[in-house]
Amino acid sequence: MSKKLTVSPSPHVRSKETTTGIMLDVIIALIPALIMSVYYFGLRALLLTFVCVGSAVLSEYVCRKVMKRNNTLGDLSAVVTGLILALNLPSSLPLWMGALGSIIAIVVVKQMFGGIGQNFVNPAMTARIILMVSFPTAMAHWVAPFAGSWSPDAVTAATPMAVLAGVEGGDVSAVADALPSLTGMLFGAHGGSMGEVCSLALIAGGFYLIIRKVISPIIPLCFIGTVAVFMLIAGKGSLEFTAYQLLGGGLMLGAFFMATDYSTSPLNKKGKIIFGIGCGLITSVIRIFGSLPEGVSFSIILMNILVPHIENLTLSKPFGFVKEKKGGKA
Amino acid sequence: MAKLTKEFSKGIIAENPVLRLVLGTCPTLATTTSVESAVGMGLAASIVLVCSNIVISALRKVIPDKVRIPAYIVVIASFVTIVQMAVKAFLPSLDEQLGVYLPLIVVNCIILGRAEAFAGKNPVLASAVDGLGMGVGFTAALFLMGAVREIFGAGTFLGTGVPFLESNPMLIFILPPGGFFVYGILMAAVNRMAEKKGKPRAELRGCEACPMAQSCALKKADKEGAN
Repeated sequence: MSKKLTVSPSPHVRSKETTTGIMLDVIIALIPALIMSVYYFGLRALLLTFVCVGSAVLSEYVCRKVMKRNNTLGDLSAVVTGLILALNLPSSLPLWMGALGSIIAIVVVKQMFGGIGQNFVNPAMTARIILMVSFPTAMAHWVAPFAGSWSPDAVTAATPMAVLAGVEGGDVSAVADALPSLTGMLFGAHGGSMGEVCSLALIAGGFYLIIRKVISPIIPLCFIGTVAVFMLIAGKGSLEFTAYQLLGGGLMLGAFFMATDYSTSPLNKKGKIIFGIGCGLITSVIRIFGSLPEGVSFSIILMNILVPHIENLTLSKPFGFVKEKKGGKA
Repeated sequence: MAKLTKEFSKGIIAENPVLRLVLGTCPTLATTTSVESAVGMGLAASIVLVCSNIVISALRKVIPDKVRIPAYIVVIASFVTIVQMAVKAFLPSLDEQLGVYLPLIVVNCIILGRAEAFAGKNPVLASAVDGLGMGVGFTAALFLMGAVREIFGAGTFLGTGVPFLESNPMLIFILPPGGFFVYGILMAAVNRMAEKKGKPRAELRGCEACPMAQSCALKKADKEGAN
């Protein structure tokens, strides 16, 4: 009898989910994209990834040590940050810039605000933006696939986003020569960041995360859906233009892997919908009206900053809550 | 004498106007893109600060309490005009770099803050030393920020190139977001230094932390209301 009736304080039911397990799932989901980037951009892509991951892990370790806090390498979040950052960089980027990006992501954006779960913006995304603002030429040096990126003067290719920025009213046929075919867009045979080129690998990774219940599909669906609706209107109903806009740039990578970051996205459904739609709107507005060809990273950072306000607006009502009448008893 | 030394040294770290009291943030962020303009700004503001402290302290019994702020502004504005004309005449390149921020020293809250919190109720010599200490603290903070931002953002120090960084400057340090990053990190470092010496953190703790708490009109109204 005494064995059956255990008296203990809550929690009584524990989930087997751990941070390490979730991060491991994210790493697994990113591996197809990584393999495709090595396939297109050669071993230089793999080397840059190793440098980014290595310096992220090292700076996390050193930073925790210097701040006299416990070691958090085991949760693998530094590996994920390094990996996502690497996939957001052009494969020809000097290695030290990649390492610098990782250090900024971990030390400035993550650890200075208290470590995992305390950062208010996505570390990898912020590091990418800082690198982009600091080194505009190196960060826009898009190597053409199979060109081999060891030499700094490897053949470069305009990204589909840069080509699409010149398109008026959704008429893709005018720039058809400069664009890869739609299947090419899906498989990734075009210039761009290492990890963003192969949309198919990213979608596969995203579905893996959704099936494993690591991420909820709400944010990616709202994000991509909003961009699709906006582009249909901007392209005057041209499905081809919309498809190019959806498959090009960092949309898939951002929507599945970065907008869904736990600590920087809203908790409940309503908040997630607002967050996703906001990301989509800002991305589309930057793509169509802005001077930059791509806006995914800025849209995610801007919405990250709004998350506390979104949470406030979408607080769920406690059971049985009755709103106090105005001008009631004093 | 010991009291005067204390009045001087408090402005450098313990009550550093920029890094501990968070005053004068606008010129700090705007003029620290290079060492030259940062130090120029710091010195110009320091001269105005010392002179206005002396004059306001000397006139503290003449100025009626009700119109003291306009009176202080008139004194400060006169000195700013003198400094601005001198800079225009002798250092035209610095005048170009500082632009609108030079005349804006008139409304610099460090200067008005010291006038209100210190010079308005202390003797002339102490006020002059207080102004000098605060000026040194302000200039030192600006120099530090300007040095970091120029070395990393432009790859130069006072115009001479720094190896490696010169060919790979990190532009963000020169841009406004970089200014905020450097400012925040520097503030954290100085807070930590002061904390080690047993001084409390400079946090916004309502009216109590404000250097003008004693003479603030709002605070007085609050007190009277409570009574």
